[in-house]
Amino acid sequence: MRWWDLQRNSNHTTIVTIEKVIDETPTVRTLVFSDSVMSNVLPGQFAMVWIPGINELPMSVMISQESGKAAFTVRKHGVSSTGLFNIVSGEKIGIRGPYGNAFDIKSGKLLLVGGGTGLVPMMRLLTFLKPTDDVTVLIGAKSKNEVFFESLANDLLKNNIHNVIISTDDGSYGENGFVTDVVEKLVNKSHFDAVYTCGPEKMMYKTVQSAHSRGIFVQASLERMMKCGVGICGSCCVGEDLACKDGTIFDGDHLSKNKEFGYSHRNKAGILEDY
Amino acid sequence: MEPSLTTSIGKIQLDRPAMLASGILGISLDVFNRLYRSGAGAVVSKSLSNEPWEGYPNPTIFSVNGGGWINAVGLSNPGAPNFAKMIESNHDVPIIVSLVGSVPDDFKMMIEEFTNCNVTAFELNLSCPHVAKVGLEVGDDPELVKKIVTTVKNSTNIPTIAKVGLGTTNYLNTVKTAIDSGIDAITAINTVRAMAIDVETQRPILSNKFGGLSGTPIKPIALRCVYEISSKYDIPVIGCGGISTWEDAIEFFLAGASAIQIGSAIGDNWINVFNDINKGILQYMKQKNYSTVNEMVGLAKKF
Repeated sequence: MRWWDLQRNSNHTTIVTIEKVIDETPTVRTLVFSDSVMSNVLPGQFAMVWIPGINELPMSVMISQESGKAAFTVRKHGVSSTGLFNIVSGEKIGIRGPYGNAFDIKSGKLLLVGGGTGLVPMMRLLTFLKPTDDVTVLIGAKSKNEVFFESLANDLLKNNIHNVIISTDDGSYGENGFVTDVVEKLVNKSHFDAVYTCGPEKMMYKTVQSAHSRGIFVQASLERMMKCGVGICGSCCVGEDLACKDGTIFDGDHLSKNKEFGYSHRNKAGILEDY
Repeated sequence: MEPSLTTSIGKIQLDRPAMLASGILGISLDVFNRLYRSGAGAVVSKSLSNEPWEGYPNPTIFSVNGGGWINAVGLSNPGAPNFAKMIESNHDVPIIVSLVGSVPDDFKMMIEEFTNCNVTAFELNLSCPHVAKVGLEVGDDPELVKKIVTTVKNSTNIPTIAKVGLGTTNYLNTVKTAIDSGIDAITAINTVRAMAIDVETQRPILSNKFGGLSGTPIKPIALRCVYEISSKYDIPVIGCGGISTWEDAIEFFLAGASAIQIGSAIGDNWINVFNDINKGILQYMKQKNYSTVNEMVGLAKKF
């Protein structure tokens, strides 16, 4: 860590240069940069990422296999995420954070369920697990060409008893059907000590239900519209919780009492909309 | 006698003197309840407009080196009708509804939406420094202020507060016009128009270029304004601007504020800030032998 990183104020924007762009799928890219603070964040923490002239987005901090580096993995979707997706090596972005809490790291038999870029905090979580943990990673995707991080997950778990399962909605790769049906099968079949999930809210909702109803410790990382990231603007509220400050990670027990989780989110004007 | 945190701002009675400032966290009734449980005496909503507003694209907030924030959220809000519907079920939390508009009819229409709601007061935002045709642009126009306040006072019996800020004219003229038109209290001050530029990319950081500076850097300015207003006019004042500790709160009481609002400090200390401030105020009152907040109001003016 450089001396100025030690006294860096997490709320101040730091400019970093993108050093490498990895194409994960035709619509998903990973942008790698050097930053010792971001390379050391806890699994589940996020940064506010400034794409100069375009927008600023909350992004879970992706790991890099190189020390002192971190990354963001982005799917092009709207104007802002497409702006980030189109950044090329040598271009600069601004980052502030890290923000948010982190997954509680349990040990034993663990199940990680990720969909899309929700896999990002799952990959970072894998780097925090012990070699004695028995780890199942479940990756959900619509179809084969949208699957990514399969080999990365296998590589990160090479010293563990592990199983990386792919499930595609159209059956073009791996298990055929919704990832949440696979979750239900897995928790029925064997005992898990903890379940972690990040991805589309309906997927997380069902995953939390499957685990929580069986008394399994479960945590989900929630995504909401964010403007400030520091608990001022209120945009990211979920019931009485603020995703940026109280989360983004919540226990299944807490979520099962939240009437907005799984059902609704707020738009830019703060109006509740159904999922 | 055990000191009490209750305070009165003219006709407005609050159990605790520290309220949530407008623009902060103010879109969900569940969050309002949580803030009230966490020690806030009232919550002021985000400034509501007739129609829902999305606000500006990000970046909408910037952390100033040395303290304080510059924001240009752009008054994003769900619109008065949606907000009114949301708070219809509220019976517990004292809610002060902040309103923003360009012409008297905007305010009149919005106030009608709240007929079935339990509203403690309305706060007219005459001072947002980063949205065109509303806020400061209205506050800087005494004729318009007079028309708006008169219209509002004719539309409702609920106490109405004017929130003023530092625009291009003397803010004391805005205060005087509002008082002459029947306003019940003044909140001072709003954020102060400001900007930030990134030296690496050489761009203004906020998408709107300009925003409003809040937090500790503006506290001495806000304190001066509260002192000036309460010295010059016989009107209850709510202090707002950079208050983050109980000492800050006491300073504002001594300058003439009957209550205070907390905003930026939530970004630094999260919502425990309300209980921390309440505890500190109570201890100070015990030590100095005050039984009510109002006994302290304006004491610094005798010197």
